[in-house]
Amino acid sequence: MPDLIGNLGLGFATALTPMNLALCFLGCLVGTLIGVLPGVGPIATIAMLLPLTFKVEPTGALIMLAGIYYGAQYGGSTTAILINVPGEATAVVTCLDGHAMARKGQAGIALGIAALGSFFAGTVATLVIAAIGAPLTRLALLFGPAEYFGLMVLGLGLAIVLARGSVLKAIIMVLSGLLLSTVGTDLETGQERLTLGIADLSDGIDFAVLAMGVFGIAEILRNLENPEARAVVRGAIGRLLPSAADLRKAFGPIVRATGLGSVLGILPGNGAVLAPFASYTLEKKLARDPSRFGKGAIEGVAGPEAANNAGAQTAFIPLLTLGIPPNAVMALMVGAMTIHGVIPGPQVMTKSPTLFWGMVASMWIGNLMLLVINLPLIGLWVRLLKVPYRLMFTIILLFCCIGIYSINNNPWDVYFTAFFGLAGYLLIKFGLEPAPMLLGFVLGRLMEEKLRQALALSEGSFMTFVQRPVSAALLMIAAAIIVIAVLPAVRRGREEAFRE
Amino acid sequence: MNRFVAVLAAASALFATAAIAQNYPTRPVTIIVPFAAGGPTDIIARIVGEYFSKALGQQFIVENTAGAGGTTGITRGAQAKPDGYTIMMGHMGTHGAAPALYPNLKYDPTKDFEPIGLVAGTPILIVARKDFPAADLKAFVARLKDPSAKVKQAHAGVGSVSFTSCTLLSSQVGAKSIVAAYRGTGPALNDLVGGQVDYMCDQIVNLVEQVKGGNVKAYAIATAQRSPALPDVPTTKEAGLPEYQVSAWNALFAPKGTPKEIVAKLNETLVKALDDEATRKRLLDLGSVIPDKAGRSPQALAELVKSEVARWTPILKAYGAAGQ
Repeated sequence: MPDLIGNLGLGFATALTPMNLALCFLGCLVGTLIGVLPGVGPIATIAMLLPLTFKVEPTGALIMLAGIYYGAQYGGSTTAILINVPGEATAVVTCLDGHAMARKGQAGIALGIAALGSFFAGTVATLVIAAIGAPLTRLALLFGPAEYFGLMVLGLGLAIVLARGSVLKAIIMVLSGLLLSTVGTDLETGQERLTLGIADLSDGIDFAVLAMGVFGIAEILRNLENPEARAVVRGAIGRLLPSAADLRKAFGPIVRATGLGSVLGILPGNGAVLAPFASYTLEKKLARDPSRFGKGAIEGVAGPEAANNAGAQTAFIPLLTLGIPPNAVMALMVGAMTIHGVIPGPQVMTKSPTLFWGMVASMWIGNLMLLVINLPLIGLWVRLLKVPYRLMFTIILLFCCIGIYSINNNPWDVYFTAFFGLAGYLLIKFGLEPAPMLLGFVLGRLMEEKLRQALALSEGSFMTFVQRPVSAALLMIAAAIIVIAVLPAVRRGREEAFRE
Repeated sequence: MNRFVAVLAAASALFATAAIAQNYPTRPVTIIVPFAAGGPTDIIARIVGEYFSKALGQQFIVENTAGAGGTTGITRGAQAKPDGYTIMMGHMGTHGAAPALYPNLKYDPTKDFEPIGLVAGTPILIVARKDFPAADLKAFVARLKDPSAKVKQAHAGVGSVSFTSCTLLSSQVGAKSIVAAYRGTGPALNDLVGGQVDYMCDQIVNLVEQVKGGNVKAYAIATAQRSPALPDVPTTKEAGLPEYQVSAWNALFAPKGTPKEIVAKLNETLVKALDDEATRKRLLDLGSVIPDKAGRSPQALAELVKSEVARWTPILKAYGAAGQ
């Protein structure tokens, strides 16, 4: 414990120098502003702003990049709430109730609770990193391909529970998501699958392309068909900040989600992506009236946002303690560190303690700054919703196109987004929900990869999933979740059948 | 009279191109990097690009166009206007292995480019989990050849450097490994450190800190000389496998038809960059090998591309036949 305090002291001493403080603020601010552009997620933001940090010494540069990362995460949830465009996989869940709240005139409350929940989660996650980061890494390493596969199956179970309406429709959407995730080059043989001979599909469909299409563009199409509903906010804009009652309602979900997010974020291989989905499912199951979910339940914003931020933060653990990036954003951070002459590895903590602890301390400072930046901005964002829709949707479309193009500098991505926009519109018309499809899509890739790795390593024996205790336990929980989700539907179906 | 006009025209044309080359560059130049930002090739491009920006007085901007093992970006580069304002960072995969891996490749590495020069080689390291039961490379290779040992290899996906370089190793020693494919070096390395798989081959920059930290052990480095970044790791020649020589090289190319003067100017700048103290140090810190004077010319790069295509094609085609 004295060690921890000494180390954190060193960290704060490093992070609180005027230069580093300024860099942290700059990173958070720029990250927020760019992250608010629809479609520009953390990866694109960091990649674009990487050259800005060349002139700065490594610790400061990394503090700034980390600031851009959280800032862009925050910005991503802002677009999810205001215009139903998730900046990245983890903001999909925020769309569900966050945008519903915005439509009810509660955009300010949704944004406020997202910021406060994230701040709380960020604070706890920083402490987790500082106190038990290193031992946790060793635990996470026990997770092999078979265990991941079990976790992903569990995730798909969550996707079914996530659905508002019929379980059958949810299963259809999850399966379509899985199918879409198999488009692209086969990892083991290098053969192209389901690419229809289009070269630009050979790396598969980008998440942002799919998400922006089925959420953002489809939303615009739906708004345009109905002249009365053109304004995002029909009624008066209510309070700008959450009330004490709101906070009380959101507190439990935030605490639970912080725990979930912290644990899932540590798992290498992007376990963090599951965190918001898991939190949403948990809150929906715990709620006295689950039917409010999807129609603007504050718990459905508070929980997932806290889980998202906790996961985003603890995802730094494998990078800082092992030097191995758990996801694409962290891989970019590795690159940035390397450019600055710090090659991340297991020794960063002992070899450059000021860098390591400085970054940990700056995470907390960054979270505080984001709160300070974002709370006043809420008024501005909410006022943006009053812009006439004929101006608003053209601007959203324009920025969507820019954002999508900037991911790979590829015009085809923009065409694909337009295509998925139309597809998403049809889904709305058929009453099918896109959220389970996106979760299926995100998990599908990892799931296939882990399944095949596990089978390759076990030489084709499926027993590997049952013999390894962790994977067996995860698969059993998944089975239980699916049974719980499906049974009431089956019973209801039979009751209806009997009535007739 | 006619002859006079012709001479005049020729002279003015010559003067014009000379002037273009002399003033070049008058606006920012794009370096297409066919991989994601933050990867080894991207880092090398950014380090060299920074020197170019300073030396030539115009920004050299890195544009990451990732996809299909780097061939998406290189295809775009090959089709760009050959005016010297779009150049690209090719590498062992895009200009060596690609013709064997991508049957529909839209460019020919040996014909569709003006080579500018080799920038840096990144040596390949053979590493195993830290408790793998083999003391040195010889013992390790002996286990690879033994089907009952069931040694497990990880690679970062077909077409990646770790895939091509380990496929070369397998074909040279006749390895009977079990192979697991990952999406990228990070996840593969993670499972190697966690002991889920036994070994992999990859670029030194991705592995150097893991070796130093004792998370994995290195059997050999596939270059002629030891690396200053890991002086204790023997070369493949010292360790008894001299035929295994492989390096993930990175080199600058311009689209076919770029004026000779501009290519010459870029090459001249590259040669200077590789002698520049600060640039050199940053490249060496990554574990890169900087080519000697003779290796930096456009001709040397053209030769390298030809020999690499000839070398990889049969090895990778054989893998494809076995894999199907």
